[in-house]
Amino acid sequence: MNTDNKVCNSCASPLPIEGEMPVGQRGSTLFDKIWDAHVVQNVEDGPTQLYIDRLYAHEVTSPQAFDTLRDKGIKAFRPDHVIAMPDHNTPSDQQERIDDPVGRTQVETLAANCAEFGIKHFAMGTKDNGIIHVVGPEKALSLPGMTIVCGDSHTSTHGAVGAIAMGIGTSEVAQVLASQCILQSKPKTMRINIEGTLPEKTTAKDVALYIMAQMTTSGATGYAVEYAGSAIRNMSMEGRLTLSNLSIEMGSRAGLIAPDDITFEYLKGREYAPKGAEWDKAVEEWKKLKSDEDAVFDKEVTYKAEDIAPRITYGTNPGAGIAIDECIPTTDGMSDSEKEQFLAMLDYMQFQPGQKLEGTPVDYCFLGACTNGRIEDFRAFASVVKGKKKADSVVAWLVPGSWLVRQQIIDEGIDKILEEAGFELRLPSCSACLAMNPDKVPAGKLSISTSNRNFVGRQGPGARTILASPLVVAASAITGVVTDPRSL
Amino acid sequence: MAKEKFDIIQSTCIPIEIDNNNTDNIIPARYLAFTTRDPKFYGEAFMHDLRYDANNQPIADFVMNKPEFSAAPSKGVHEIIVGGQNWGSGSSREHAAWAIAGYGVRVVISNSFADIHRNNLLNCFVLPVIVSREFQLELFKTIAENPQAEVKVDVPNQTVTNLTTGNSEKFDINSYKKYCLMNAYDDIDFLLANKEKIEAYEK
Repeated sequence: MNTDNKVCNSCASPLPIEGEMPVGQRGSTLFDKIWDAHVVQNVEDGPTQLYIDRLYAHEVTSPQAFDTLRDKGIKAFRPDHVIAMPDHNTPSDQQERIDDPVGRTQVETLAANCAEFGIKHFAMGTKDNGIIHVVGPEKALSLPGMTIVCGDSHTSTHGAVGAIAMGIGTSEVAQVLASQCILQSKPKTMRINIEGTLPEKTTAKDVALYIMAQMTTSGATGYAVEYAGSAIRNMSMEGRLTLSNLSIEMGSRAGLIAPDDITFEYLKGREYAPKGAEWDKAVEEWKKLKSDEDAVFDKEVTYKAEDIAPRITYGTNPGAGIAIDECIPTTDGMSDSEKEQFLAMLDYMQFQPGQKLEGTPVDYCFLGACTNGRIEDFRAFASVVKGKKKADSVVAWLVPGSWLVRQQIIDEGIDKILEEAGFELRLPSCSACLAMNPDKVPAGKLSISTSNRNFVGRQGPGARTILASPLVVAASAITGVVTDPRSL
Repeated sequence: MAKEKFDIIQSTCIPIEIDNNNTDNIIPARYLAFTTRDPKFYGEAFMHDLRYDANNQPIADFVMNKPEFSAAPSKGVHEIIVGGQNWGSGSSREHAAWAIAGYGVRVVISNSFADIHRNNLLNCFVLPVIVSREFQLELFKTIAENPQAEVKVDVPNQTVTNLTTGNSEKFDINSYKKYCLMNAYDDIDFLLANKEKIEAYEK
């Protein structure tokens, strides 16, 4: 058994060499470059056997994968490429214990499996712990040029550092544990350009909700997306992580952003980042990680940043959204079947076609999740609530994405601002994103949430969810009703 | 999950005409906290919160509770689901595929599947069959008119046929995956047999 739990933090292969293209051959996309550098073999009339640099494992989607290895009597093939931590079942009020025996067993099973297979484990309640998709980038365990997988659809988050990062199923988790490879057909490529300057109080979350509303939640199915354009180049690393996180809500398993100075600045000096001369060498390699000028994407779309505004969702899929000052669409022009499903969705949400949602009372406000649980999100929230008071009618859960984020909130004095405004800072967890821990929204209650999914029952059976940015959630927490942060 | 070799499946269908039927619908998150692999456990949770109300009573007007569609799948009966557009979107939870397989379903037909769920189905030996929107809508119509209507899925020839109308379509599956399904062969076994290639790549 490997007990020292070393972490390998390099790509297995050198990146492709820059050079002259054969005449007539188109340039490569960022996705192509990373993919091609990780091909072990292309199975004839079949998938690609792709090498994986990093597997993240959490308690929910890994136990049956470890069982598979035990069934077959095999060890983890490259345990130093795997990092595990519990996040879904973790309570956010205290982390001394998990009261629910089922959730507790799952968390304990992860710890036992990691010990047995020699895998590094960031235990609940320790300073290393947090939501995988927050912890990975902030510890520089996710680096440009890597292939990264996890049994979690929001693994797309890590693509923001310039990596191929994809959610996989538990069978595939077992495959990676057993062989450090997966079998996948190469997706098509799509570039989404956001050009111009984002308007006031309009964030990466609003950009993602806007794209989904334009292209629907299956608009990018079958594609790996690259985000580009001036609005992306000017976006902070935290914002990029939010945008890449939501790629799966457009249907894309992966959402990449070419690494640049903002990426390097973010990663430099972090715990697992290369140091000294290694760092300089790495940055030189990473600078090659961009789509060639003459790269051709299977699909390319461009949106104007100026057209985007603070947004909210009104339905039970993340694409059912509007600008916060717009009305819910009417059924005009819908087919009978579309109309039936649309009305069923609004019936669940207790909204009407054509209704304006600004001013609608909310019961719960949630800041956190792998979408918006980073330091910038807490700074944004604090900027709105500073010197104001939380509405008495609202229950607010403010949940940092990791212990590092929580520490930074305290170091920056943000916790004091929140406290003075009547908010309590909780402990790192997936929390109210998916009703797998005590933070559940009760049936019928309306939640405005920075998480990623507004599905039926997502935040608790019968719970109703409006997705929004930290600024919109903060403004709504102050007034107790859906509120445009530009109006405060 | 049980691995039964695929050949020709001819069966009545369960029509689940819900677009964006996400994996949270297919199996709610609370069933994800278990560490078991028992197919029956996940099969019982399939579409749970649409099938049962808060008191765990069947919701009468949900399709799976209607007398003509409520029989558990067996050979020739309800082995096929005809689903709405963008089937299996959202969470990557393979539990959704376990629920479908555990319920006894062997084929899901839709005009579009979410990418991760589609892979998960294949890894659980459930065949996702992609058809045209027209074919899918015709199937819903056929089944609405006659719940006993049968569909034939011929894996060797990669065809799907609405036996009521006789309309047939070819569906895509790569040779490797077709071999896996027809021989009950797992990706993990393929990868373990290719260790030398992996080690060569690492050097």
